[in-house]
Amino acid sequence: MSRPEHQAPPEIVYGGDEAAKYTGNSRIAAIQAEMAGRAVELLNLPEGYPGFILDVGCGSGLSGEVLEEEGHVWVGFDIAPAMLEVALEQEASGDLFLQDAGQGMAFRPGTFDGCISISVLQWLCNADKTSHHPKARLMRFFSTLYSSLRRGARAIFQFYPENDDQVQLIMGCAVRCGFEGGLVVDYPNSKKAKKFYLCLFAGQEVNGVKQQLPAGLGEDEEGEPGENGVQYTSKKRNDSRIRSGKRKPGKDKNWVLKKKEQLRAKGDKTANDSKFTARKRRPKF
Amino acid sequence: MRLITHNMLQCHVKGCNANNFPLELQEVVLEQEEAEMNEDFLRNMLTKIEYDALVATCLKLDINDLPATIPADAAYNDEFLQILHRVILETHIKSGKMVCPNCQHNYIIRDGIPNMLLAEHEV
Ligand SMILES: C[S@@+](CC[C@H](N)C(=O)[O-])C[C@H]1O[C@@H](n2cnc3c(N)ncnc32)[C@H](O)[C@@H]1O
Ligand SMILES: [Zn+2]
Repeated sequence: MSRPEHQAPPEIVYGGDEAAKYTGNSRIAAIQAEMAGRAVELLNLPEGYPGFILDVGCGSGLSGEVLEEEGHVWVGFDIAPAMLEVALEQEASGDLFLQDAGQGMAFRPGTFDGCISISVLQWLCNADKTSHHPKARLMRFFSTLYSSLRRGARAIFQFYPENDDQVQLIMGCAVRCGFEGGLVVDYPNSKKAKKFYLCLFAGQEVNGVKQQLPAGLGEDEEGEPGENGVQYTSKKRNDSRIRSGKRKPGKDKNWVLKKKEQLRAKGDKTANDSKFTARKRRPKF
Repeated sequence: MRLITHNMLQCHVKGCNANNFPLELQEVVLEQEEAEMNEDFLRNMLTKIEYDALVATCLKLDINDLPATIPADAAYNDEFLQILHRVILETHIKSGKMVCPNCQHNYIIRDGIPNMLLAEHEV
């Protein structure tokens, strides 16, 4: 099967009915949510810290949903209007923009505590118009991203690199824009589960501690994950839902109250319960 | 788009690097939507918000609730945090446009989504 980014520009591939089909496919939704969960984990934010997070190529908001569950406030942009429309229908909790990553971003310096991007970066290596120069677009993207992140914040890109040259091109541009970091490969020995996460640091020092590239999952494992009991390491989340591909029904008030109780029990600060607790944030329109 | 996000935006047209913030809101339709209060998030954002620009933007939208200067104890002033929450996290811009004070570029907002796409010569 040829790669989607070779077929047509993103706003066409994710245009019309495709946006709804993509989002309604429970297998895709489960995979995207799992990768978003891993990306949020790699952001390495302090436990319980509610961040302001950017989702690059947010699509219909599958990755944003994970950010919200983790207690973050998010802003997302995408180049495909049809995907954004589905995000609206799904009452995505983040603020949405119609924007092309290759044109750079318009956020003030230090706006975000982190950035995630799920299954998008390979698109930026394409020239969809004669005026498109992938390297120039990557440079504009990474330089504006770098400035929009607070110092020490991370940007995590799950993506599907086509070959080594592409990884070199992307990494070279990111480094020239000031980023440090590298590639984290989860389950490198598995055909199915192998995943690439570009892990970028906008500045090295976080509270004086040097940032280290995290280890990939299942590096010593042969074959498929799970067989040797290697599990996703997040302690923050219970991943059975995502792993089993089942989507959890919406969070009702009881769920939220329980969660808040757990946080209090751990000694974390959480907002007082009120009539707004767990209330739907967006009316349908 | 919530007002918190508007406060983080500046013009990104090529060469437009000065006096490009805040983008002026025009012909806007606003909507209030309740959201859960999160004091820790507000405290996080206090260091990032350009407060004077926020107040000026609000006044143009006839939102007069914010004090003209940020209280010295803002991070732990419950009354202030409540107001701030309502203004920056519960006030949504549903439609209208954002105009750059420097180059006059218009960013159109429809269904709450600003169009940030630029023409080739603006990149
Ligand atoms: C596979 S989808 C992933 C969507 C979402 N992140 C998720 O996990 O479900 C790839 C997305 O990247 C978007 N995209 C591709 N090129 C883009 C660009 N240059 N700027 C912004 N978004 C882009 C597409 O429109 C599409 O929504
Ligand atoms: Zn401008």
